[in-house]
Amino acid sequence: MSGINTTGRSLLRGDAGILENSSSFRSSLALAGARLVTKARSIQLGLVASWCVIAVVVLWALFPAWFTSHSGTVGVARQQLRAPSTEHWLGTDALGRDLLARIIHGASQSLSGAFVAVGVGLLVGTALGLIAGSARGRMDGVIMRGVDVLLSIPQLLLSLSIVILLGFGTVNAAIAVGVTAIASFARLARSEVVRVRASDYVEAAFGSGGTFSRVLWRHILPNSLTSVIAFAALQFGWAILTISTLGFLGYGAPPPTPEWGLLIAEGRNYIARAWWLTTVPGLVVILVVLSANRISQSFGKVRT
Amino acid sequence: MSTALNINSPTSRLSNVPALEIGNLAVSYRSHGEDHRVVHDVSLEVRPGEVVALVGESGSGKTTTAQAAIGLLAQNGRVESGSIRLNGTDISGWPQKRLDSIRGSKISLIPQDPTSSLNPVKTIGEQVAEVLQIHRQGRGTEIEARVIELLARVGLSQPELRAKQYPHELSGGMRQRVLIAIAIALKPALIIADEPTSALDVTVQKRILDLIDELRDEYGTAVLLVTHDLGVAADRSNRIVVLKNGRVQEQGPTDEVLAAPRSDYTRKLLSDAPSLGKGRYVISRVKDGSPADADHAVIVENLVQDFHLSARRATFRAVDDISFTVRRGTTHAIVGESGSGKTTTARSIVGFNKPSSGRIVVDGIDVTSLSGESLRRFRKTIQLVYQNPFASLDPRQTIFQVIEEPLLNFDPLPREERVRKVEAILDRVGLPQAVLARKPHALSGGQRQRVAIARALVLEPKILVLDEAVSALDVTVQAQILRLLDELQQALGLTYLFISHDLAVVRQISDTVSVLHNGRLVDEGPVEDVFQNPGSAYTRELIAAIPGQRNAFLENSVLNGASQ
Amino acid sequence: MSRYVIGRIGQALVVLWAAFTVSFILLQALPGDAILIKFLNPELGLGPEQIADIRASYAADTPLWSQYLHTIANFLTGRFGYSVQAGVPVSALLLANLPPTLWLATFGFLLAVILAISISFVSVLLPLPRLRAFFHSIPSLFISTPVFWLGILLIQVFSFQLKLIPVISPGPWEVLVLPVLTLAVPISAPLAQVLMRNIDHVLTEPFVAVARAKGASHGWVVWKHVAKNAVLPTLTIGGILFGELLAGAVVTEAVFGLNGIGSLTQHAVSSQDIAVLQALVVFSAAAFVLINLTVDLLYPIFDPRLRIQKGAVA
Repeated sequence: MSGINTTGRSLLRGDAGILENSSSFRSSLALAGARLVTKARSIQLGLVASWCVIAVVVLWALFPAWFTSHSGTVGVARQQLRAPSTEHWLGTDALGRDLLARIIHGASQSLSGAFVAVGVGLLVGTALGLIAGSARGRMDGVIMRGVDVLLSIPQLLLSLSIVILLGFGTVNAAIAVGVTAIASFARLARSEVVRVRASDYVEAAFGSGGTFSRVLWRHILPNSLTSVIAFAALQFGWAILTISTLGFLGYGAPPPTPEWGLLIAEGRNYIARAWWLTTVPGLVVILVVLSANRISQSFGKVRT
Repeated sequence: MSTALNINSPTSRLSNVPALEIGNLAVSYRSHGEDHRVVHDVSLEVRPGEVVALVGESGSGKTTTAQAAIGLLAQNGRVESGSIRLNGTDISGWPQKRLDSIRGSKISLIPQDPTSSLNPVKTIGEQVAEVLQIHRQGRGTEIEARVIELLARVGLSQPELRAKQYPHELSGGMRQRVLIAIAIALKPALIIADEPTSALDVTVQKRILDLIDELRDEYGTAVLLVTHDLGVAADRSNRIVVLKNGRVQEQGPTDEVLAAPRSDYTRKLLSDAPSLGKGRYVISRVKDGSPADADHAVIVENLVQDFHLSARRATFRAVDDISFTVRRGTTHAIVGESGSGKTTTARSIVGFNKPSSGRIVVDGIDVTSLSGESLRRFRKTIQLVYQNPFASLDPRQTIFQVIEEPLLNFDPLPREERVRKVEAILDRVGLPQAVLARKPHALSGGQRQRVAIARALVLEPKILVLDEAVSALDVTVQAQILRLLDELQQALGLTYLFISHDLAVVRQISDTVSVLHNGRLVDEGPVEDVFQNPGSAYTRELIAAIPGQRNAFLENSVLNGASQ
Repeated sequence: MSRYVIGRIGQALVVLWAAFTVSFILLQALPGDAILIKFLNPELGLGPEQIADIRASYAADTPLWSQYLHTIANFLTGRFGYSVQAGVPVSALLLANLPPTLWLATFGFLLAVILAISISFVSVLLPLPRLRAFFHSIPSLFISTPVFWLGILLIQVFSFQLKLIPVISPGPWEVLVLPVLTLAVPISAPLAQVLMRNIDHVLTEPFVAVARAKGASHGWVVWKHVAKNAVLPTLTIGGILFGELLAGAVVTEAVFGLNGIGSLTQHAVSSQDIAVLQALVVFSAAAFVLINLTVDLLYPIFDPRLRIQKGAVA
């Protein structure tokens, strides 16, 4: 009966789908149509720009030498705290190091850290969620109570506790951030598995003689992982933020390393004289995180 | 059977100015930056005291037309051209602010789905009072008294109590009564009823439609009744407007349109509508005399199914002591309204539920004794087709993968053999080979249901359980699927167990029927026996509630068709 | 109903106990006697009697399970051990540092709620689509902004450029303005996002169309129908917001050089003051559990659908 009630909505969907194919020649006819098409493009523009930002940052991380001839760690004498100029586009810091070079060299720190963090959260969390969602019963209860415990400790405090256990450093900070992501990955993966399991097509697969492992592999896994992947992209931006926070607090990469959070921490002693030292790295972080979030949103839309 | 009230002499009371007059209306929706027109050049009028039915299938533009009339198109919708005259005044160009002053007072809405159409965190009383407050009709106690009066008028018992209750404490039918109370509160000139009963059980539907008729008669309000159900339109309207793909196919007085449809599409709709159609697809295969046990494909004996409610360890008996048998090669229908236990019964038969007690024998196998591998093997014998073809196919698989999958679950076949089988079965269900590479979202609802049937048949089962398998489909598509099912049954000697809430469809397709009510069996037998001599008051009520019985000639045609 | 309450409280206690146990295993049991050795540090100036007292309070000379039970008993009676760095009881440190953070967090949270509500409701009430889209994108900008960077930027702009707030010896209120703003922004972002998502969802509900059909204006619909339905579910992220608030306090206090729970946390991590950190973990887990418990128990008061569960079948 439910199918009947959605006539209004299915009408929209159906017609849009049918008309889409013939849209190319139609739009050339109507001026208004053309204007709207450009608007549609401008909406996608944000997504394209996001991919560009991520691509550039990835290139920075892989081939920093392509983008700057300056060193990321060694300063030049008597060039301290220079304002942005043609030689140093973003100025220099208190030790005479080129800020742009430090940002570019720092990309590998932030990106690899975020990869490790999301990797830990994704692998461990999704595995736990999948087990809980497909095993159900007591196993489900135990795992999800464990997840509740993880969630009950504020994320920063949890990652700080883990940093204490593992010691300071880039990789350790990344792992610590990853551990705090386990709980949300596990919750999402479990709810997706439960949702997919309850669907008619999974029951139909069992009904046509499928064994549990085959149905899990053919239907439950592929259909529940889509939103987990979208969530991973979202967590990527969040991980960059959190890692830079740990770096700022002094628990991440040790000082000469050009980590973005550390750059800001080092620059804050000179805010009166050298505003660029704090402002620019922060803007870079914002851009990267915004882009990662925008991209994850586009994944989410594909799902429906 | 006089299910319709006071619409035999409508002309006597009609004035000259129509309550609603739509002229050359065109509506478009904007998506992906482009306008798509979904209503083209629609003209119609509704005179005071008259019911005009706007009939069409999904995608016909009937709901869009109705939404445009009350100025409540979706955000991306726009009236491109045409006029909408309410009591002679064109409101099509009015800004929302100005429309607010007439909505609720001059023109009102009875919505589709009573479950979600009331605000869950406000009391019934508040929500009825709101329409009076917006239009400043009295204050405080005055409004309170009027609310109680309205709730009583729409037939709610204990109106004082109802006013203090929240929507979730009321049944679907009661909620629809509340929404009707809101719609009539200010005695508007026009009520737009958008599929007002599609979400309700058939007996409730009849009572709600009766109430709308009665109120229209009392207040002289005009009603624009949007419906997909030609039977409802036939019973309740003075005039019918048939829409298809956003264009008017035909309009005229209901009796004339039904008796002598001018457009091909209307003729097709009429012949496909189960409640109005020309009768059975199938000649009954039930022979006289009691057959031997071996002749039974399905035997259900004293089936009981209890569910444990987590709260307070209570149990709920969904199925209570049901027995029936199904002869090989015939169609047995299980009929009932929501909560009757029909779906639970079906799921027990295919082995998805373990019965609390009782015995189920399918093709000589005792289902209740199966588990694990033996249950998996049993799946080859009996297959289930679901109601919603949008949910029963994995969106990530291609159609080929969907149909092939059951073959992979049993004795391994070489790939060529599987391809051959899939292609053959696709042919059987009337789909072109081209769909094999597509994914479900690229197919229409009817095509998807054919794929679901193909998947069920590829294992060559003997029995097919069809759980509301045609209920979500438009009537013309529904008729095609029913014809397909009949062909398949004749060609393959299948036994069908047909689960449905729709008695008219059941009458068309099944040989025998069991009527369930609140988990109990209230009636059973060959389908014509049950229809002619219902064995229980409930069955009589169900049959009386089937829409589309107003015209004697129609009823005759159904009966004639049945005996052909 | 009461059965539900008891069950819910029991569940909360189990989570709390598990959080304690995890923190005990991670922080106290693994390093063995490491904490206690630190008390021997002559810089702390503890006499042998005091060290003996501390050892006794940890039951350091008994087996691990006995230490565990001992620590539970201590925590239950409000004794959280001794700070390695300061050599004083952790409870004293917590009490001393709680008030400034409480003020910061309270004001920050209130400002965040005001920000979130105004952004999200303005974004549906504004007449111009472009303005609506602009307000709609504010939270995603907020959520991408590093809190510590925002604090530094605010100091730069308001203290150094505009010279509105003195850097040296500001007044009692002036000292709070920028930290509160810094803290409020990251808290308001998830709140506003959840609110907007709920508002967008509720606006598509059929009962909104019914209200419009009654003649209600857009504003009336938003205030009378959408607001309550959209705000209610945001209560459920209360616990998560508390965590954000604490994390925000750590960073904010670090940026502005304020004293409080945040800077206590930071010092505890820097000096590996495990006893303090464990107390903080257990303390915040307790707060989280308590907030969620309160929300769960209060929810039925606001949402009638959860009020009457008795006799409702399916």
